[in-house]
Amino acid sequence: MASLGLGSRAAKPKLDRDAWAVRAFMLVIALYLVVALALPLTVMLSKSLSTYRFDLTAFELQIDKGEGWSVPVTLASLADALPADKRPELATNHDGRFGVVDLLPDFSFRAKTRYRLRNAADGAVYLYGSERIADREWHEYSSNEFRRVVVRPAASRGLDNYRTYFSTPSLVQSIENSAWIASVSTVLTVTLAFAFAYALARTCMPLKGLFRLVALIPILVPSLLPGIALVYLFGNQGFLKELLLGESIYGPIGIVIGSVFFTFPHAFIIIATALAISDSRLHEAAVSLKAGAWRRFWTVTVPGARYGLISAAFVVFTLVITDFGLPKVIGGQYDVLAVDIYKQVIGQQNFEMGAVVSVVLLVPAVIAFAVDRAIQRRQVAALSARAVPLEPKPDPAADWSGFALCLVVAVFIVGILAVCQFAALVKLWPYDLSPSLRNYEFDRMDGGGWEAYGNSIRMALYAAAIGTAVVFVGAYLVEKTQGFRTGRTLFQFLAMMPMAIPGMVLGLAYIFFFNDPANPLNFLYGTMAILVLSTVTHFYTVSHLTAVTALKQMDHEFESVSASLKQPVWRLFARVTVPVCLPAILDISIYLFVNAMTTVSAVVFLYAPTTKLASVAVLNMDDAGDIAPAAAMGMMIFYTNVAARLVHLALTRGLLARTQAWRRR
Amino acid sequence: MNLRGLKSTVAASALALAALTVSAHAETTLTVYTAVEAEDLKRYAETFNADHPDIKINWVRDSTGVVTAKLLAEKNNPQADVVWGLAATSLLLLKSEGMLEPYAPKGVEKLDKKFVDKSNPPTWTGMDAWVAAVCFNTVEAGKLGLPAPTSWKDLTKPVYKGHVIMPNPNSSGTGFLDVSSWLQLFGEAEGWKYMDALHENIARYTHSGSKPCKLAGAGEIPIGISFAFRGAKEKANGAPIEVIVPSEGIGWDMEATAIIAGTSKLDAAKTLVDWTISKKANEMYNTGYAVVAYPGVAKPVPNFPDNIIEKMIDNDFEFAANNRKAILEEWQKRYDSKSEAK
Amino acid sequence: MTSTSTPGGEAARPFLRVCNLVKAFGPFLALKDISLDVMEGEFVCFLGPSGCGKTTLLRAIAGLDLQTSGGIEQAGRDISLLPPSQRDFGIVFQSYALFPNLTVARNVAYGLESLGLKRAEIDRRVADLLELVGLPDQGAKYPSQLSGGQQQRIALARAIAMSPGLLLLDEPLSALDAKVRVHLRHEIKSLQRRIGVTTIMVTHDQEEALSMADRIVVMNHGVIEQVGTPAEIYREPATLFVADFIGAMNKLPVRVEDAEHARLGETRLQCRPHALDPGAEATLAIRPEDVVPVEGNGTGSANRFAVTISEMEFLGSFWRAWLAGPAFGAAGLEADFSVNAIRRLGLEEGKQLTVELPADRLHVFAGAGVDEDG
Repeated sequence: MASLGLGSRAAKPKLDRDAWAVRAFMLVIALYLVVALALPLTVMLSKSLSTYRFDLTAFELQIDKGEGWSVPVTLASLADALPADKRPELATNHDGRFGVVDLLPDFSFRAKTRYRLRNAADGAVYLYGSERIADREWHEYSSNEFRRVVVRPAASRGLDNYRTYFSTPSLVQSIENSAWIASVSTVLTVTLAFAFAYALARTCMPLKGLFRLVALIPILVPSLLPGIALVYLFGNQGFLKELLLGESIYGPIGIVIGSVFFTFPHAFIIIATALAISDSRLHEAAVSLKAGAWRRFWTVTVPGARYGLISAAFVVFTLVITDFGLPKVIGGQYDVLAVDIYKQVIGQQNFEMGAVVSVVLLVPAVIAFAVDRAIQRRQVAALSARAVPLEPKPDPAADWSGFALCLVVAVFIVGILAVCQFAALVKLWPYDLSPSLRNYEFDRMDGGGWEAYGNSIRMALYAAAIGTAVVFVGAYLVEKTQGFRTGRTLFQFLAMMPMAIPGMVLGLAYIFFFNDPANPLNFLYGTMAILVLSTVTHFYTVSHLTAVTALKQMDHEFESVSASLKQPVWRLFARVTVPVCLPAILDISIYLFVNAMTTVSAVVFLYAPTTKLASVAVLNMDDAGDIAPAAAMGMMIFYTNVAARLVHLALTRGLLARTQAWRRR
Repeated sequence: MNLRGLKSTVAASALALAALTVSAHAETTLTVYTAVEAEDLKRYAETFNADHPDIKINWVRDSTGVVTAKLLAEKNNPQADVVWGLAATSLLLLKSEGMLEPYAPKGVEKLDKKFVDKSNPPTWTGMDAWVAAVCFNTVEAGKLGLPAPTSWKDLTKPVYKGHVIMPNPNSSGTGFLDVSSWLQLFGEAEGWKYMDALHENIARYTHSGSKPCKLAGAGEIPIGISFAFRGAKEKANGAPIEVIVPSEGIGWDMEATAIIAGTSKLDAAKTLVDWTISKKANEMYNTGYAVVAYPGVAKPVPNFPDNIIEKMIDNDFEFAANNRKAILEEWQKRYDSKSEAK
Repeated sequence: MTSTSTPGGEAARPFLRVCNLVKAFGPFLALKDISLDVMEGEFVCFLGPSGCGKTTLLRAIAGLDLQTSGGIEQAGRDISLLPPSQRDFGIVFQSYALFPNLTVARNVAYGLESLGLKRAEIDRRVADLLELVGLPDQGAKYPSQLSGGQQQRIALARAIAMSPGLLLLDEPLSALDAKVRVHLRHEIKSLQRRIGVTTIMVTHDQEEALSMADRIVVMNHGVIEQVGTPAEIYREPATLFVADFIGAMNKLPVRVEDAEHARLGETRLQCRPHALDPGAEATLAIRPEDVVPVEGNGTGSANRFAVTISEMEFLGSFWRAWLAGPAFGAAGLEADFSVNAIRRLGLEEGKQLTVELPADRLHVFAGAGVDEDG
């Protein structure tokens, strides 16, 4: 045999044009994820290690007390001569200034002593007043002048920033605060969402469809909108203020109530899915074993939905701990990590400390993400068993108590929005309640005006169009192509990562990465493109998973058949894959659109004067005290998203009805 | 590259160069960073262009903190040519980073000395002052039976407990201005003691400097420590607000102008800065600000308290800039960690 | 180990040659040095239990999963490293893999549309193909509107639309109902005869392989156990695995005596010639239908045993009987008796009789006959 002489040499495939194109595309999209995610995060990590220290060896001092100039000594040797508890703290930030006279215990500005100072090393800088002195010459000062001399720190690297962080009580306190509000919100939201979903799934109450719709409303508004409503409801002028029994809404109470509002739909969707897949046969078995309703609930219903409950808990926890808008609006003095990042960066221009807080915030988010992934894998396994869905039977007591519960939740959700809309439409709350459109004159306020609203819509459309294309093509390449295994694994990892990266952290990482003049992509900074980039990247994971789920449902032999028929991959992609996955593609685009409209955290560091966004305008108008216009703009976002949803619905119904005749039997 | 390619490239660049030179004669565009209120910018540019139609202004506007952060972030790659209307304390930070071009504008000697950088030549020149004030909601105070405070010390009285809001100096320029003025007015030790007492009465600290006054205007709080300009505006909008100037004196900062070192359009930048200190410009600033750099120009601004100029303290900007980090750290240590209990 | 004997004789050049093919998934070898020739127009079945490597081999031939080493030649062309699109084959999968959003006609026309043919020409070809698979009026429907068997016929029509040199069928009938399956077997076989395309079909169903294939390639654990016509595979299994995998087989532990004899317990049996060493432990194999009931009491002669019928099961055209006797241990001996024989001999449960194990039906294989694959 072996007459072919092909023997046992190792096989390396010849690549046709298709294979090259696939590889090229995969490379492009992997490159996208590297540039939009991996590199910025790396740069941010490195920035958190970039420190500033006073290098006292770099300055030399001479003193003349009337007996001629002393021998030059370095400031370091003066510091060493001080008692241990008086020695200066050398770690500082970029804005650090250190008064030289602090090293001279017997200094008096009235003394006749004269001083000479010089920089003893290149790069050393000190200030006389605000005059910057960077040369190597000796400069002479009277003691009255000398008290105005401060030295500037030099850049260095190390863990100083982390040391400073963990030794600053107000900063460390935020970790506890963040964990606390996230935990409380999680328990409340998951309990409430479970009760709500349970009532919808297991009772025969009326108006189920309406309740399901209302439960999803909070997805359509920025997370800070409930905060604004709470100010109107429970603030010092709020009409429900008494309900708080003297407690202030500004603080953990406000954050938790607002968090329950904006995380509710996320928990509800997950738990409703989990309840929908639980098996009615188990209930029938339990009934036949004479288990009471209460026992059935704890032994069948809850265990059946446990993965959903745990998963919902982690999602809510992550959403709350990474959210920035809500605590910014209603948090008062109660500091949380996400707001600390903003304060460090915007308030104090301390980018390095912002990076440190970001790293701290990454830890819980990454842990929650990892646990959630592990659990979801197990839930998928549980799903594969074929379950018979449960059909509830009428039971007036249960039905009406379920209805009452859902009504309370629905009133809460609708009420929050109604309050915002009302406040937006009155002239001057609470002194002049006559109707007025004054609060819609956004151009008179800070925040960017109507232009910001237009920008938001443009940004959301770009994000939906570009993001959907990138995500879907990327998912297709990962899911449906062969070979290049390492590349695909890496890609998969990168695609899952954005879920664990809080928007603030991503935004800050973008500043570090794209605002570096040495970066060839520097031109993106301050453009609409960088907003689209950060939004698409921030919401990449869920979009990717949606696409992958849709693609997995397609026969995995389509590619083989197409190749055997000598058709290029793109033709199959265009003629079969995209049409068949059209519902998922539309889902991805509406998801990206809605989130691009509402996100604050991913863009708050990145918008430029010409690219202000509506969601950021809500934040900035609230920040400036223009609360009613902020509510008005928040409601504009809501209506826009509702409109987008309706368009999406019309498309899915109408267009699909025409193009997807094959779905009908 | 072959010869033909080379030739056409050369020709194209020559053409582009020519076009560039022509347009440079016709019009220069200056990128100007500013923190001036958005509604004023158009008026500023129009008034300037009436005298200098050949220089176009490309505004980049944001709040003081953001513009400062942006400028610092762009330290090695400056995008701005001129800063027109940014807090002097911020400009001092930029100056100590060596980011400002020293330049004595024509007519600088006519300005109030307080408004000119002490270096020679100066690196920045002031436009107008931006003064602290207390916004007092008479309606809400009436409901609660609160007397109108007349001094900073009044605000520490137990009767005001929970009824005062002020900006957080860590995020607000106005907040820092208040803190640094108290430290200068009362001395360091007394100043911190004062803030300890005031902290007891503070309902919460806001992120922005205008918010306390707007909250007072909305009745959310009876007393907001803010700045006078905002209080006057709220009053004009119909809010039941009195703008109170505390008797001890008030902190202030000024909006100032400077040229960014390394700009490629130095001549145009100088023309602009010359104009920004002119009498005409100062008259323009006066529509919003009661105190401007050019002596004798200021006319009273509606809703502004009239004693504001004599109450402005002799602000030591250098002290504020060089002690900024230490002050903020101390403030944070004292008041931020005492966040509300859970 | 490998046989290259073909119906076409040694003179014909093989249409498809597989040489020393190896496929590794990490440390696991899915294909261990496979070599095989397929003649033009032949219908070959790859048969084996799941995980034996038959699908891997098919996908390597198609270029869908590249081999680790080794070569493949089709129609005199080395295709070892070519991507699927540059090879010449049509393929049908178990899942049909019909494009759900395209009509039946568009599915069949999918490959034709990029050949630059005129619309009318394509329509004519599609109509011919649908006619060929017996579904002439279904072109306008969508796949989901057809039954499984109809869908698979459409998949077949699509696969042969481009007149490929090689037709690959990957378990094409496994997803269908038993009845449809039997019916389609004939259809596919006759279609293959008519168009004469060289065909390779992967299946784990021995009945399917026996009824459809010109030659069967029996695989196990990544190696070819035997290649031969269905009759050869059935009558003369080359290994115990093949013997056991195809049809039913009694396995009895024996000790080899010489080239034609083995000892089963006390009894010396004559069997088919083999090459095992005397004294070696071996396994004796005989199919149930080869067990012959003997009239009268003739235990004295060779290869005859007295047994008792412990259980009987009616299987329609014949009876299966479990025979107990001292030589056969606890497992006993299975035998298939025709309805006629039952009636003639008056067999029933508990009855004693004599059976003969004909020497030419007694296969001897090396090893103690431990059943590896259940």
